[in-house]
Formats: sequence, C-alpha cells, structure tokens
Amino acid sequence: MRIIIGEGSCGIAAGAGKVHNAISALMTAKDSFTLGSTGCIGMCFLEPIVDIYDGKTLVRRLVRVSEKDAENIVNAARNNDLSLLDSITIKPEDEEFLNRQTRIALRHCGLIDPVSLDDYIRADGYQGLKKALTTMTPEQVIEEIKISGLVGRGGAGFPTWFKWNACRQSPGSEKYLICNADEGDPGAFMDRAVIESDPHNLIEGMLIGAYAIGASEMIVYVRAEYPLAIANLEKAIAQAREANLLGENILGTDFSCDMRIKAGAGAFVCGEETALIESLEGKRGMPRLKPPFPAQKGYTDAPSNINNVETFANVAWIINNGGEAFAAMGTENSKGTKVFALTGKIKKGGLVEIPMGATLREVIYDIGGGIKDDKEFKAVQMGGPSGGCIPAELLDTVIDYKALSATGAIMGSGGMVVMDESTCMVGMAKFFLDFTARESCGKCVHCRIGTKRIYEILTRIVNGEGREGDIELLEELCVAIKDGALCGLGQTAPNPLLTTIRYFRNEYEAHIRDKKCPAKECTALLTYSIDTEKCVGCTVCARKCPVGAISGAVKRPHSVDTEKCIRCNQCLISCRFGAVNVR
Amino acid sequence: MCKCNGEGPKSDLTRLNTVLEQYGDTTSNLITILQKAQDIYGYLPKDVLYHIAEHLGTTPAEVMGVATFYSQFRLTPIGKYLIMSCQGTACYVNGSARISAAITEYLGIKNGETTADGLFTLENVACLGCCSLAPVIMINGEAYGNLTPEKVVKVLKDIQAKEGAI
Repeated sequence: MRIIIGEGSCGIAAGAGKVHNAISALMTAKDSFTLGSTGCIGMCFLEPIVDIYDGKTLVRRLVRVSEKDAENIVNAARNNDLSLLDSITIKPEDEEFLNRQTRIALRHCGLIDPVSLDDYIRADGYQGLKKALTTMTPEQVIEEIKISGLVGRGGAGFPTWFKWNACRQSPGSEKYLICNADEGDPGAFMDRAVIESDPHNLIEGMLIGAYAIGASEMIVYVRAEYPLAIANLEKAIAQAREANLLGENILGTDFSCDMRIKAGAGAFVCGEETALIESLEGKRGMPRLKPPFPAQKGYTDAPSNINNVETFANVAWIINNGGEAFAAMGTENSKGTKVFALTGKIKKGGLVEIPMGATLREVIYDIGGGIKDDKEFKAVQMGGPSGGCIPAELLDTVIDYKALSATGAIMGSGGMVVMDESTCMVGMAKFFLDFTARESCGKCVHCRIGTKRIYEILTRIVNGEGREGDIELLEELCVAIKDGALCGLGQTAPNPLLTTIRYFRNEYEAHIRDKKCPAKECTALLTYSIDTEKCVGCTVCARKCPVGAISGAVKRPHSVDTEKCIRCNQCLISCRFGAVNVR
Repeated sequence: MCKCNGEGPKSDLTRLNTVLEQYGDTTSNLITILQKAQDIYGYLPKDVLYHIAEHLGTTPAEVMGVATFYSQFRLTPIGKYLIMSCQGTACYVNGSARISAAITEYLGIKNGETTADGLFTLENVACLGCCSLAPVIMINGEAYGNLTPEKVVKVLKDIQAKEGAI
C-alpha cells in the first residue's frame, strides 16, 4: 500500500506538508506501506488531499486532511482497514469534478511523483521524444503539430506549427527555444501546476519543439513567485541530463540541446514575448517593435521561438498519439483541450481541463458545482487583465477561440474567475485597470497615461463623484489605448472595462446618476443604519466608530448619524448581532 | 570606488564577490545578479547597485533602471516578517481589500512600508496562486487562507506576542 500526498503549492498552503510530516513521524521501519508525494491533483477546494494506492489502483482518496488524521491513516494502512477513514473520504459528487474532465496537458498531474524520472518514464514518458528523434524528420514533427490544430495556449491562440516553421525556415545556425512560464494573470495557475507536478512533460515537449526548429538551447523563463516550480524543474533538468535526455547526442542521435532556467523578477509585461526577450537579456522588460518577429530576430538577435507552458505540455501527447487524435477533440476552430483555473465565488475551485466546445455553464455548474452559498451567478472573468467579463445570459457560450472573442472577452491563458451578485462590476473594472496601470512598462504614452486616467475616472465613479459623460469619455480612452499601444498588454488593457460597460452599463449609470452601488460593494455609496429590533445596545459599534457617528445608551438600540458617517464599514464588521443594515 | 557620496549605510561589498565572479561577465545576467544581491543583503542598497554597475562596466542608471522596473526588487530594508498580501482576482472578489485595510489599520503601515519596530513589512503582491483559500496572505513563506479582518489581526497579534512586541 502506498500513501501519496498532493503537495503542489495549493496543497502545501492548505497544510499538506504538515500532514506529510505527521504521517512520517508515526511510521516505523516495520511498516510495509510507503509514503510519497505527488503534485497538484487539481481539486483545490478539497486540499490537503491524500491518496491511498494498492499497487496501481487508487483505493481511497482522502480530502481536507489535517495532522489530526495522521494516526488514523497510519493505522488504516497498517491494519489494512480503510473503513477507519470513511469520514474523510471524498464524496461521490466531488469525484465528478475529475470524472468530467479530459486530461492531456495535465495527464500526469497528481498521478506521478514530479521529481521522479522513473515515474515519468513508467507513464510513457519520453516516448514522444524517442519517436520524434528516431522516426520523424523535423518537418514531419511540424506537420504533425499542424494536423493537431494546436494553437498557443498563452492567450493569443496563434498556430504553433506556423511559429515553429517560421523559426525553422529562418537562416542562422544558433536558434533558441524559449518557454514562457511568466504566468502573470492574477487568478491563473495552470502553468505553475504543470511545471510543479509534471516537469519532465515540459522538458519533453520542449525537446520535441527544439528538434523541430533546430534549436541548440532551451530557456524557461519562470516567475520568481513560483519557487516550488523552479525547484522541481531544476531537479528534473538534472535527472534528464544524467539520463542523456538533455545535452550532447540525446538518446544516441545527432540531436544535441541543453536547457536552463531564468527566474523572472516580477513584471506582468514580460509575458509579452519581445518584453520577455528583453528581460532574458538582463534589461527592463519593454516590448520591441514587430517586425522583426522573434522567429527572425529574437534572443541575442538569433531566431527564437516562444511558446507557453501548456502548449508544450500537449506536444509529447500529440507526437505519441498522432495529430488527428488531438484534432478529434474540440470544435471546428479550436482543437484539443484547454486547462482553466476555476476560482472566485465558486463552490469547487481548482484546475479543470476539458475539450474545447464545452459550454461555460458546464464548467461552472457541472464541474464547479455552482456559486458559493447558492448566490446568483453574475459574471465570469476570463483572460485576466486582457480579457473581459461574460454575463449570465451568455453562459451557454462554448469554449472556442472565436466564440469567446465574440463576447468581448478572450480565451486567455485560462484564468476563470466567477463572480456573484455581490461583486460590483465597476469595481471589477477598476481592479484590472489599477493592475494594468501599475504594470504598464511606460513605453507607449496611451498605455502609460491612458490606463492611469481610466483608473482615476473609475475611482471617481465608485466614490460617488461620477459625472454625466464619464462612460463616453471612458469609451473614447479605450479606443485611443487600443490604437496607440505597441504590445498586447496595452492593446487589450481596455477589455475588462469595455466588457463591463457593454454588459453592465446599468451599474455604471446607477453609480453615476443615482450614486448607488447595486452590488453594495462601493462603500462610499452606501447608507448605514441600525436595526432597532436586533440591536442589543452592546456599544461595540459606537466605540469602534472613528468619527463618533453612532450614539445610544447601553442596552438601548443605537443609531447612525448618516451626516457624520464616513462609511468605513467598522460597525458592520464589529456587530455580532447582524444589526447593521447597509443600503 | 564607491560613488554614492557617503549616502546611506555602507554595505560589505566583499559579500558580493562570489556572485560577481560567477555571473559578472555580462550585463545579460544583471537580473540574476540583483536577485542574488537581494538574497545577501535583504534589499538592494545604493552602494551595492553602484558596485554592480562598476563591475559590469555599465552605468548606475542602467542598473537602477532594471532594479526599479521589476517589482521583486526592494530599495529599502524590510522588516523581520514580510507580509505578502495577495492581489489576485480570486482574492479581490473574496474581499482582499478588507484584509489589507485591517492590516493597515492594525499596524499603521501601507503597501511597501515597514513598522517602526522593524517587525513587519507590508507588500501587495501578484497572485500567490492559492486561489481556493482566498483571501490569502503569506508571511515569511507561510500561507494564511480564508481570512477575515479579525483573523488577520489575530495572526499579527500572535506573531507580536511571540516576538515580545506586545
């Protein structure tokens, strides 16, 4: 029997490391069962997760495990009596979260030990590389990727084969294959999960790509905020070198290629490929003018090809199973599967990989279990700061590059943040514009100053100082930024604002004209009062109020002087009787 | 030679020698050098930046430009406990603004500031990736999730008590 603990970043944050230590401390040399770890299982809402295997079969999945459960787990394994664990075993309805998925990019995540080359090889690892190197020409590899219909999973959705081919055709003996692992969208963690949980899959996918374009070096640009991903990838690279899967004459062929990691230093714009190249060269990450494209003049002016992590994570599978098997999944425009990080006001948050063509409703309700506390669904944000909010009436939109773009949002890299009725859409737009204003590199005036001006106007609106004509002014600024920015960050920065104006214009109008926030989130627009029925006169709120706006005798109902009230929300937070009303 | 005109405290520049030996042959390693320097000093003192520029044969402006471009780099010392407050979308919709406000109110520091006793530094950071635990903060590498304003103040009080600060 094997006890396997899910120790991705999410699991560790939820306490998986402590569970591991607690179980380990109870084990003795006489025990016949073993303890090991795996990466991200993808069911964040159930972390920490402990799996019990008998041979290759998963016999129990334990969820929300704490250190206190360690003794029971050890006893169950020792006495071969799993019934001891019934109370922490996953419920059948939660198993649906994984059962409804089709995992290709995530095919090994949560199943193998990320830093065991043996585990990866047992799971058919490096078979794709072997097949490519020994039975296919680089052109045939590119053709197979073309048949698969794989497009860049980082967000732009550009055909992968086309980029590879352009780089292959580009003259030059020194070429680079770069992996963009600078996953900066707030609310997205798909790429981290792949690197942390299945680093050899990334290496294999990149090696096949390097063979196809004729690269001699591979560089992975990883966010510095992902220490576990960097550590696991470093270990995997060392193992691959040891096994002659990296370096000179890989697998005894003429193909030689090595790999290194470059840790980013925290700049969202470095997700843009030319900015990423600048950063690799040790400079400020400011985008370059295209053309020349990286395929012609990239890193150190040599032909370079840049793909995102999830794109590479599909490559070995495609070579193994054939491009047609991949293209058999999905829609006419979008082939294969896509990984999403499902978060926000959702019951079951985590990593979801499904074939293209599924609807948003299926992801949010059938897999995600619907909205937390059964509140009303309001919108789902896709594509992060470059994407937009899709409203309830478009929940049946299918996951397809074209269909999602038609809504004003984008497929994006896979962040899917669900919002309920209590999220103010003006506030949401302000949140993203604050982000892009801070992350703008400053090169283009429209992006640098335009995003700042939008942020200021939105701040005015949520503070109740909105004016007639603000919406039109915002729209004008959006057009100017889209036209005047050089790179994707600026060109897409207005999307969160434009989609919220398009679908939630009434909320903007309510803020500007009626000075009301329908979601009751913008504190400056709220009116506080005390329910005399519920108030017991405990005086806590009166003491908490920083401006003395609450009065009343002890054990008598209190009241709020709305003239004095600065809407700091302290009374609401401090009241234990639910007596503070907000309108 | 140090060109910082005697401003600020003098750093022990010899601690940087091995880093510069390993990476100091090309400016394309500048970000890596700054990361290693920050690991050594806890932040990037001005005289260290001048020293790196001189070693690489580039201008202090170039080095300063890179050091101020990336959010990971700090130009001032940090407190013993670094509070990283997640600004991801999932945390935002789950009320991270209230968590930041509670920290600011309790400790009297805003984003980027350090408490007078040198115990805490508050830093707003990009998504920490523990979205299912939102809202989340991380203190010296340990994540605290599903926070409320009361819970976060308790976390801070516990640290203060441990440090004998209250």
